[in-house]
Amino acid sequence: MSNLPSISNFISRQSFIELDARERAIALFDEGTSRELVGPFDRIESPWLAMQDVTPQEDDGCVVMKGKIGGQAAVVIALEGAFQGGSLGEVSGGKMAAALTLASADNEKGVSTSAVVLLETGGVRLQEANLGEAAIAEIMASILVLRRHAPVICLTAGTVGCFGGMSLAAGLCSYVVMTRESRLGMNGPEVIEQESGVDEFDSKDHALIWAIDGGEQRYATGLADALVEDDIPQIADAIRNLVLKGPPPVYRSSQVELYRSRIAALDTSRQWDPKELRALWSTKDSTEEKQ
Amino acid sequence: MERIELDYPAKKKVSNGAHIGVVGSGDLEVLLEPTDGETAHVSIRTSVDGFGATWKAVLDRFFAKYEGAVRIQINDAGATPGGVQLRLEQAAEVSEQ
Repeated sequence: MSNLPSISNFISRQSFIELDARERAIALFDEGTSRELVGPFDRIESPWLAMQDVTPQEDDGCVVMKGKIGGQAAVVIALEGAFQGGSLGEVSGGKMAAALTLASADNEKGVSTSAVVLLETGGVRLQEANLGEAAIAEIMASILVLRRHAPVICLTAGTVGCFGGMSLAAGLCSYVVMTRESRLGMNGPEVIEQESGVDEFDSKDHALIWAIDGGEQRYATGLADALVEDDIPQIADAIRNLVLKGPPPVYRSSQVELYRSRIAALDTSRQWDPKELRALWSTKDSTEEKQ
Repeated sequence: MERIELDYPAKKKVSNGAHIGVVGSGDLEVLLEPTDGETAHVSIRTSVDGFGATWKAVLDRFFAKYEGAVRIQINDAGATPGGVQLRLEQAAEVSEQ
């Protein structure tokens, strides 16, 4: 996937990244099948933000939609990266966990229902810290239950990316789909710089950040399952294919030995180049099935 | 965060609601819902304090032309007056589709 798109493709593409969370969710469903659950007019907003002088959003930055993908029942849960950095609070986190739990209940009743989570988030919302952390723990537990029945697909398209506690949730998903523009990592660049100094990680160096956290690198080192262009039809196709593929034979999160041995074998006394890591941790070493 | 409430006379029934925008930096969210009666009520929550007169001027201008009986909720994250005007017109347009 190292070929750059041609200029004409680039100009004619329909950007997914430019869509807001609601439009992104609709774009993934078979046309005309989606309906929103607990939408903005239900006015279930965060009770904590206004107390702290922060303007709330009526859907708390989490859009839940039910519908069909590739003819099969699916739920799409999209975080709005532009609202409070897509952070998880009591309400947005609760909506995501409840939607995943209900999808599991549908599967147990015999209605195969997969889930797509659109993660554009810095993780827990600091204004609701403990409740956000609890919600993320619930989300992770819900993913572990649901992924046994049907694929739980994480799509991180950008430009916020997926960081903090929600990067762990992404790691539990059946499949991770990224674009070249998106990023995935536990600690964000600014956090690393703040904690360990600019020598460790320069958060102003965008080329460095994307060389490490970016979708292309994550895909090349086997931490993402598909790398897609920022194009609505291409992203919707990739998601549909993964929904129809069913659960993977081996989960990334169960390959503890593989990833531990990779870290153990790494000589940390010198600075590694992101390209070297690609050679060392190429996707073919992974026991996972590739697309 | 500041809360502002405004009322305007209304003549026209509106058939649909509309939801527009995101509470992201420099943008705002508009929820427009039809109501019974002959007034329009606007509730604003804005992250930027002290611009009550500007909000009133923007809404006065919008309701100089708009006659719908609606309840409008605005959640603002520092949109410019021009941006607010465009979002209101967009919400009105979507509610008529």
